[in-house]
Parts: sequence; structure tokens; C-alpha cells
Amino acid sequence: MELFTNQVLAGIATGAIYACMALAVVMIYQAIDHLNFAQGEMAMFSTFISWQLMQWGIPYWWAFLLTLIISFAGGILIERLLFKPLAKAPVLTNVAGFIALFAIVNSVAGLTWDFTIKQYPTPFGSSPFLGSQLISTHQAGMIGVTVGLLIALYLFFQFTRIGLAMRAAAALPESARLVGVNTSWMIALGWGMASAIGAIAGILIAPVVFLEPNMMGGVLIYGFAAAVLGGLTSPLGAVLGGFLVGVFENLAGTYIPGVGNELKLPIALALIITVLVVKPAGLMGRPIVKRV
Amino acid sequence: MSAATEDAVTEAPAVEAVPKRAMTLGLGTSLAVLAALVIAPLFVKNFIIFQMTMLLIYALAVLALNILTGGSGQFSLGQSAFYAVGAYTSAILMEHVGMNYALTLPIAGIICFAFGFVFGQPALRLSGVYLALATFALAVAMPQLLKLGFFEHWTGGVQGLVVTKPDAPFGLKMSQDMWLYYFTLAISIGIYVASVNLLRSRSGRAFMAIRDNEIAASAMGVNVALYKTLAFGVSAGITGIAGGLGAIAVQFVAPDGYTITLAISLFLGMVVGGVGWLPGSIVGSAFIIFVPNIAESISKGLSGAVFGVLLFIVIFLVPHGARQVAIVAQQLIGKLRKG
Repeated sequence: MELFTNQVLAGIATGAIYACMALAVVMIYQAIDHLNFAQGEMAMFSTFISWQLMQWGIPYWWAFLLTLIISFAGGILIERLLFKPLAKAPVLTNVAGFIALFAIVNSVAGLTWDFTIKQYPTPFGSSPFLGSQLISTHQAGMIGVTVGLLIALYLFFQFTRIGLAMRAAAALPESARLVGVNTSWMIALGWGMASAIGAIAGILIAPVVFLEPNMMGGVLIYGFAAAVLGGLTSPLGAVLGGFLVGVFENLAGTYIPGVGNELKLPIALALIITVLVVKPAGLMGRPIVKRV
Repeated sequence: MSAATEDAVTEAPAVEAVPKRAMTLGLGTSLAVLAALVIAPLFVKNFIIFQMTMLLIYALAVLALNILTGGSGQFSLGQSAFYAVGAYTSAILMEHVGMNYALTLPIAGIICFAFGFVFGQPALRLSGVYLALATFALAVAMPQLLKLGFFEHWTGGVQGLVVTKPDAPFGLKMSQDMWLYYFTLAISIGIYVASVNLLRSRSGRAFMAIRDNEIAASAMGVNVALYKTLAFGVSAGITGIAGGLGAIAVQFVAPDGYTITLAISLFLGMVVGGVGWLPGSIVGSAFIIFVPNIAESISKGLSGAVFGVLLFIVIFLVPHGARQVAIVAQQLIGKLRKG
């Protein structure tokens, strides 16, 4: 039993990473209706920017704030320059664009900061949390930030005019335009916010997985999986999905014989697909009703 | 008003409708391309012939994805898994059973068809991004499964298997590379013609009806479940044959040759060639084989970025891929003839 609780706790700790990433994925999915394959790389790049700022002697929290602003502006810039012209292109062409962006960001980061692994500081410290060896204060802090972010996003989307306008632009662009919402800028804003949330995710994840250009590869896959599991239309679902994937993965690794580290990912994915076959819109997603 | 009707969303089909005439080339152009493909290897070095063989092989794999996505409207990021199964089937049959290389290909095709058909069953309930995730999972799992100790006797584990390259038969005086090229070319033409005919047939129309509007198609009496899984099967089968040919041409199979990167490349090839336009497959295949090399030659350290920029340039200029170029060219020729 103790093994079980420990594994669940450890799973929740890794799940927090996935939850963070999943939140960013859902954010952009809400705004543009596509999964952004370059999301992880954008987050990695933001993390490197904050690292660079700290190397230049800027204190942690100032670097954090500056990175958020830079990422937000960067996200908007990418949308305006690269993806707005593709708005009318077929969906699959957009996906190809994400892959291109992925290649560019990864390669530029690799050249600028090289591929050696770098330590990344944490503001929460890394001593055991409440006497548990499995969750450090950093991981607890990470869970706290994720939950805080979720609440902030909920308030933003439910109670502000601009949040309402963004939801309208995503749900029914034509009608939103008719009532005077600038849908084009709402999409840009969505990119900016997703990029900033990605930056937070990256900064929180970096102390655990260490900073290097490929740090997000694995995390993004789990983030996608978590977002899809929880339902792509629901930020709460995405966060829950993240924790669930983390716990699944750990339990599968512990209890199913013959599952080493290599098979963890396929098993987690297989489980998610099983869930999707039963509930195609994800755990908390709203089913989409189609009209012929 | 009930909640269901309030939520009703009219959704444009994810893959745009391609009329079936527009899916192929005219007879004259086809023959010209064919002639070029037949004559070209006589004038170039063996290494280039090898690259041309790979061009045809990837073109087959892109074509297979095109039938699935452009034909029946289903996404797949799992083509590398089918490719791997085909490659391993051929390699194992040749090296462990001692079968003739040409005979292993139909078997690879049949096994992959069955695999794709079975995989299509759970995938039936998924569409769009969900299907993309499911197929992605398959692609991620495949290299790990091939490495399992359980199959190691057959697959050679992480080491993989070495495959002997076949000689030209009937005492033909031809290098191995050149023979393999013509062998691949013959198979590719056969599959291309069969695919074109498939899409023109009753089944092809059913695929397209499902792509354009699934609910309407089922209302018209199309067996949606059957045709969707069938599309998966056919696509997997062709990919499997391409995989088998790939194993023979490269003379080597190993789990790490068939990662998700391959599936993404094939996807890019389809987009660059034009989704739903079968002749574009070869253009897309050329893109995924040659552009990374070009990027590497422009800048070693930034090859990824150069590749990304080139890809962006292509999709900015022609968002509909090579098909768009072909349509514009056709219109120009039409105007010239009239004028």
C-alpha cells in the first residue's frame, strides 16, 4: 500500500509538468482550433530567454516577468508574420507550418545556446515537501502555480469582456465578427497568451528536466496526450488529464511486469486511446454536435 | 430549444474536396513523366540511381497516405509503423526463411493490409486530432515493440537485420542498383495505376463521400465503418510494400530507422505534393529526400532552421502544394492554345 501511495504521489509530481504544458496546448487550441506542434519548442525558447536574462544578472522574478512579456509579444509576432497569411490555407498546410516552426526554433536555440545540459534555478527550493521524499517543494510549488493559473484563466474567460470576446471568436467567428469582435486580433491574443503560459510551463519544468534544446520533446507528447484525454475544449480537463497521465504512467511502470522506461509512453498512450474510444470528446470536453 | 440544437455546429470538412478528375494527370503528361523516369538512370552514377529508387519508394508511401487522407479524409501520423512492419516482414522472410525478395513484397503488403484494417477498427470512433493522436501513438510504440527481447530472435533487436541486395536476374548486364531501380519503378507504376483506378471505382467514390460529409454519406447508404477501415487497410498495405522495397534498397532494417520522424516526413511530403493529388506524391517525396540535404549544404549548424524556412516558403507560395502549380500550368496551357 505504501508503494502505491508513493507511486501516486510521484505521479502527481510529474503530472504537474504535463498539466502545465496541457494548459498551454488547450489555450492555443481554443484560439486557433489546431494543435500547435511547435508549442513545446516555443516554451523551450522562452525558458532559454529567461536563463539568458539571469546570466546577465537580472534577478529571478524580474527575469520571469520580462520573459512573460517577451513571450507574449513573440507569440503575437509569430501569428502576425507566419500564420495569419496561412489562415485561409488548408488545415494540413497549417500543420506543416507548425512543423516548420518547430524545426526553426529548435535549430536556432541549438546554435545560440548549444546542446549542453544546463542547470536551472527554482524559486521554491528543492527540499522535501511536508517531510515527503517524493515531492519536493519545487514540485509542490509547480502544482500550486498550475492550479493558480487555471483559476486565473477561468476568471479571465468567464468574467472579462475580452475573455468573452475570445470565446466568441473561437466558437463562432462569423457571428462574433457581426457583433463587432475583432476576431483576427483575438487569434493573435490567443497565440500571445499560449506562448506566455508555455513560458511559465517551461520555467517550471526546466529545474526538473534540465535546460537544453530538446527538453520539451517528451513533455509535449505527454502534454498533448493530457489535453486530449481531458478534452481539448476544457482547461480544467487538461490539468486533470495531466495529473492522470502522470499517475497512470507511474503505476503502469511499477505494476505491469516487463514495462520498463521504454514502454511507459506507449502504454500511457494506449490507455488514453482506450479512454477516447469510450468517450471521444475527452473526459471533460463538450461533445460537438454536427449538422449535415 | 434543446441543448443539442443549441450546440449544433456546422463544420467544414477538414480535408477539402478534390474532384476525382483533378486527382490524376492527363495521359500525355503521364507518359512524359514515365519516359523521364525510364531513361534517367542510364545517364547517372549508381549513388544517384539509389537516391532515385528511394524517391520512388517514399513516393509510394506518400501515395498511400494520400489515399487515406486525400481520399477518405482520415489523418495518420502512424505511417512509419506500417512502413516498419513491411520492412521487417520482407527482411525476416528473406534472411530467416530464405525467400526470394520479389515474393516477400506481396506478403508484406497483405500483412500490413490486415494490420491496417484491424487498427482501423478502434480508429473508427476517432477523427481529426484524436485520430492523429491514436496513429501517433502507434508510430511511437513501433520502434519500442521491435526492440522487445521477445521478438529478438527474429528481429535482431536493437541491432536490426542486414539484408542482401539482389542481383539482376536472367543474366542481365546491369548493376544491382539499376536493376533495383527498374524493379521498383515497375511496382510503383502498377500501384499508381491501381490506386487511380481504385479512386475512380465505387469504393473510391465511397471514400470521397465519407471525406466530404460522413453523415450524408451514411444516409446515402455508404457503409462508413467498412470503407473507413478499408481505406486504412489499403493505405497500410501500400506503405508495407514501400517498406519492404525500402528494406531491400537500404539493405538494412533497424528499429530506429522507423521513428515518428519518418511519419512526419511522409506527412510533409503529402502536404507539399498536394493533399488528394496522387501525382504530387513524387514531388512531395522529392521534397522530403532532397530538401534536408540542401538545407545541410547551406548551413550545417542551422540545417533545421533552413529546412523550416524552405518549408515555410513552399507553403506560403503554394498552400495547396504541387497540385496548385499543376492547375496553374494547365490553365496557362489552355490559354495559350485558345490564343
